[in-house]
Amino acid sequence: MTATSTPYAELKAPTTIRRLLTQPTTGPLAALLLACVFFSVSTDQFLTGGNFSLIVQQVMVVGTLAIGQTLIILTAGIDLSCGAVMAFGSIMIAKMAAEGSLPPLAAIALGLVVCGGFGLLNGALVQKIPLPPFIVTLGMLNVAFALTHIYSEEQTVTNLPGPLTALGQTFPLGKTDITYGSLVTIALFLAFAYALSSTSWGRHVYALGNSPEAARLNGIRTSRLTIGVYTVAGLLYGVAALLLISRTGVGDPQAGQTDNLDSITAVVLGGTSLFGGRGSVLGTFIGVLIVGVFRNGLQLMGVASIYQTLITGVLVILAVTVDQISRKKAR
Amino acid sequence: MSRISRLPSSLLRTAACTGVAALALTACGSGSGSGTANAGSGSVKVGLITKTDTNPFFVKMKEGAEKAAEENGVELSTAAGKFDGDNAGQVTAIENMVAAGVKGILITPSDSKAIVPAIEKAKAKGVLVIALDTPTEPESAVDALFATDNVKAGELIGEYAKAAMKGKPAKIATLDLAPGVSVGVQRHNGFLKGFGIEEGDPSVVCSQDTGGDQAKGQTAMENCLQKSPDINVVYTINEPAALGAYTALKAKGREKDVLIVSVDGGCTGTEAVKDGKISATSQQYPLKMAAEGVKAVATYAKDGKKASGYTDTGVTLITDKAQDGVTSKDTAYGLENCWG
Repeated sequence: MTATSTPYAELKAPTTIRRLLTQPTTGPLAALLLACVFFSVSTDQFLTGGNFSLIVQQVMVVGTLAIGQTLIILTAGIDLSCGAVMAFGSIMIAKMAAEGSLPPLAAIALGLVVCGGFGLLNGALVQKIPLPPFIVTLGMLNVAFALTHIYSEEQTVTNLPGPLTALGQTFPLGKTDITYGSLVTIALFLAFAYALSSTSWGRHVYALGNSPEAARLNGIRTSRLTIGVYTVAGLLYGVAALLLISRTGVGDPQAGQTDNLDSITAVVLGGTSLFGGRGSVLGTFIGVLIVGVFRNGLQLMGVASIYQTLITGVLVILAVTVDQISRKKAR
Repeated sequence: MSRISRLPSSLLRTAACTGVAALALTACGSGSGSGTANAGSGSVKVGLITKTDTNPFFVKMKEGAEKAAEENGVELSTAAGKFDGDNAGQVTAIENMVAAGVKGILITPSDSKAIVPAIEKAKAKGVLVIALDTPTEPESAVDALFATDNVKAGELIGEYAKAAMKGKPAKIATLDLAPGVSVGVQRHNGFLKGFGIEEGDPSVVCSQDTGGDQAKGQTAMENCLQKSPDINVVYTINEPAALGAYTALKAKGREKDVLIVSVDGGCTGTEAVKDGKISATSQQYPLKMAAEGVKAVATYAKDGKKASGYTDTGVTLITDKAQDGVTSKDTAYGLENCWG
């Protein structure tokens, strides 16, 4: 690191501030706060508890997928199948409980196991054969998509039993109604933030992403770790499936078709490097919120949804540019 | 075309705001209040949610709504799913519009059943919800429906095809939409009814799904011709599928002796009828659906009177080769009233 050429060094700031400025989540957090300020000034409805609760509800499904996506991207992998696996899990849970003979909780458990199974299979193919994650998960995307449509017979499942939609119910907090699912999502983000930053498993995930060879030589069982990461991600997609059902109140075979890309968008916006080894799930949470805040805020302003797509695209390119520049500096 | 010429200025304006929003939000804060026309919080807001942003049918619908919003002195905001079938995207749009305080929402549901819980939530908050083009399941989930009678649209081209065949034995290919989508099923069944046959009739020799897509329509027609080279009537769900079928027939040198009939009445499709590529099409009127919808919300805001029930926005058979006993208009009329 050539300290004299970096702008931050010239500030002669205390170490804590300098560390804060070079944190990968600082940029995304600043963008999120600025967006919130902008929309608070522009619209009357943005700055209310109810609206924030709404935004968190709206992002909880993609957010939960994005936790799994973050884990996989940290190992320098990628998962294109997450939305399709979630859709299969959700239609399975919905159909088993609404039309099959399974009690709701058993249907939920089955859905989690099936989604975890998809993850396990992804991980095994990536690790054991080995195949590039991009190709494996692209194939799995099509497999899960097709199975969803075959199994559902293209029919939306309605009349779900109560326990399936329980997480979509709200409880009052002051004047604001909060969805239980939002709490589940936030709890998952906190749990995985802790696991990544403060457990040996977390450090191993980063090590694997930085250099699989070095990780292996240091005694990390990289094969087991990789398969484990994909399996955990699969289980998270199962949770996302349940959140999705609870939010929409139906089992929808068309769900999740762009969620794979949306989850990657969130990961990138949150400052996690697509090359692996750098980033955090808290950053991903910020990334998910950035997308949610823009979508909500622009709608409140009356701007058509296509501009939300435009803005998201610009932000993603900015985020990757920042990642690349900071990598060069770090070298 | 008008939508393309309209695009640059609004795109530039928003692109500028995007850049500012992304890079220096605080700087944009002061300018944006005056930049957006909807700063007046007292005015009546109407939301329009379509299946996608890009399908010309919905682009036209949006134009109709914009014009009607101006005429009725209400403020329009629009949203759409990312793809046809994006229920979650439409749910989010409904929630955000309700949060923005709209008086009414006009929606073309991507999934007739899955959207219902979100609509009910909006209605519970006093928002008038009207379905455009596609009914919900159940239809009573919305306050009102403004749409084409798709069975009628199919019937018209069925009757036309029957008359045009003049008693010759028919070998029919149906190029359909997708399984379980009500619009496609209704048009298909209407066509069979108009032709005077029932599902499973031996004269229907090939049925394929196209998703309403030109390339898939072409592939479907190629496969149908492979299966039954003597097909002489082609029913298509919409004009892109019809044009795909035409391309496939032309490659086989069959374009002159096969009757293609379709539904929609888009400008490209109506031109194709004029050029003789398609024999007849049932024209529908998305602009009218949207305009009536906006008017209904404006009325509701003014005197609290809610629109209800089904309003047929009409359908017209367009052809230059009129048949005895089948009422139709020529392509000059069709081009004057087409959309897209």
